[in-house]
Amino acid sequence: MAVSAVSPALIEFRQVAKVYGHGENAVHALDGVDLVINDGEFVAIMGPSGSGKSTCMNIIGCLDTPTSGQYLFRGVDVGSLTRDQRALLRRNHLGFVFQGFNLLKRTTALENVELPLIYRGVPRAARHARAQEALEAVGLGDRGGHTASELSGGQQQRVAIARAIASDPAVILADEPTGNLDSHRSQEIMELLARLNHDRGITVVMVTHEPDMALYARRSVSFRDGKISSDQNQPGHAPAGGA
Amino acid sequence: MFVETLLLAFREIRRNVMRSALTMLGIMIGVAAVIAMVTLGGGAKQKVSNDISSLGKNLLMVMPGTHQTGPSSGGAPFKNEDVQAIKRSIDGIQAVAPMSTSSVRAVYGNTNWTTTVSGTTNAYFGARQWAVEKGRFFDEAEERSGRTVCIIGTTVRDNLFGQQDPIGARIRLGTGSCEVIGLLQSKGSSGFGNNQDDTVIMPLFAFQRRISGVDDVSMIFISARSEGSIDKVKAATEALLRQRRHIVGGKEDDFQVQDMREIASLVESTTTLLTAFLGAVAAISLLVGGIGIMNIMLVSVTERTREIGIRLAIGAYEREVLLQFLVEAGSLSLAGGVVGILIGLTISAFVAPMVGIPFVLNLWIIGVAFVFSAAVGVVFGYFPARNAARLDPIAALRYE
Repeated sequence: MAVSAVSPALIEFRQVAKVYGHGENAVHALDGVDLVINDGEFVAIMGPSGSGKSTCMNIIGCLDTPTSGQYLFRGVDVGSLTRDQRALLRRNHLGFVFQGFNLLKRTTALENVELPLIYRGVPRAARHARAQEALEAVGLGDRGGHTASELSGGQQQRVAIARAIASDPAVILADEPTGNLDSHRSQEIMELLARLNHDRGITVVMVTHEPDMALYARRSVSFRDGKISSDQNQPGHAPAGGA
Repeated sequence: MFVETLLLAFREIRRNVMRSALTMLGIMIGVAAVIAMVTLGGGAKQKVSNDISSLGKNLLMVMPGTHQTGPSSGGAPFKNEDVQAIKRSIDGIQAVAPMSTSSVRAVYGNTNWTTTVSGTTNAYFGARQWAVEKGRFFDEAEERSGRTVCIIGTTVRDNLFGQQDPIGARIRLGTGSCEVIGLLQSKGSSGFGNNQDDTVIMPLFAFQRRISGVDDVSMIFISARSEGSIDKVKAATEALLRQRRHIVGGKEDDFQVQDMREIASLVESTTTLLTAFLGAVAAISLLVGGIGIMNIMLVSVTERTREIGIRLAIGAYEREVLLQFLVEAGSLSLAGGVVGILIGLTISAFVAPMVGIPFVLNLWIIGVAFVFSAAVGVVFGYFPARNAARLDPIAALRYE
């Protein structure tokens, strides 16, 4: 955990708390969490439901802001940003992969992948090229013309990963990426994420409750009752880049 | 970005063809109704004003009777001397034509036709800017001597002579008869519902001697030399006639001098009011169409909550999502508006000749309809679009 003054950590939580509701009914989803994630890491966030891992993910993804404490993204206090500034941060630095894939259903795979590039203002021709490239990176170079609903679950998730990497993000945030897939497809997706982490140096932060999947990560952070209960490196993580 | 948004909107509209078409229908009907009402109203106005100007420019009509009692009752008729006096003493006059009228049965061979027979002078044709299609006007001798010659309108020609040439024929009018020397050009309706071509015109003296039997003049036409002198001539005529008819002090005139412009503006303002009224009723349907758009956009936002969540998560600004839905609503209503304009114009183009009015293209109302229909979409789309833009991405992504 090397935090240098020159180059701030990619993601840093300082006593982050998130409280839903007021008074008696207040729920402390996160309760004073300190966490640093550096460039190039592959982190699995584990924990039972209600442990705060999803809230943690939403805050990392700049979709939510802490009630107290600070979340610094490359040294910038996200809590102080406006909604549009956070949108801009997501647009330029983050890629999302969801459990339910969340593709635009009646839209082709290529157009789905192009979506973040549209918001980044990439001109049409360059957009096509980059989206195609991203599809090829996930092994779906020949499926660009299919609509999302014509693809299998595993393929849809790979399109979602292509969408996440198309805009060259610093971080991919994967929220239960294998939750809707069988074990074989799950392994494919995990290998893909591991490879992107290894080959391209993209930081991957993944929420999962499946220990098998967490093994692909090199670091595992467990949450319990809004606090980090364990944070350990996993020397025996599944081989990245290979398989 | 805007082009992308536009393309996106079109795609979304295409995806729900049936729904989009039904949504547009509301705007379409509203705009078509407004366009048809205003275009037909404009045509009607134009027709009335054409008809009135066909009576003659700078024309004043002097009639016995007060405003209250109507144009043809109350007040004694004028005399030949009144006409002479006007001619003599009022400046700025181009022509003065006395006229007496009676309804008489005209007979030629074994056909007959009841028409309006008028006695007047050649000045009448000048004042009314009326020309003969065939034959000639009266000559001076005929006017002075009161020879029984007559000039007929095309309706009388059609009913008595059919395709035959009427010039030189003698027709019987009541107890007398007259020789047809001219055929007037067709003028059509006057805007008051009477057919100006249904007429037989004789020299005033001949009329007074043979038809009416008295030397009354029932109406005087005065044409002013210019539009600017109309008011002066009118005032002078009123003063002169008050004097001649011995109306003193605050007593009311027992005659009236009507200015064609007044009549025209009265009729025009009536049609304008009617058009505005009908247009307003039609505009209400436009409002209903707008509510339809709002309704469908609200449904669309709910249906696409997840999509909105994805866009927001990926980094779309609030205003970009807002724009997307506004453009969609705007395109829908604009498309409906354009189709509505075309339908409205088509209806007008078909209906106008059927009711006998000209088809007047009113570019102004088309422009207004165009802009307004786009505005309806944007205004009524704003609320749903704002709802979409303000969604919480986390909740939107979880929305089932």
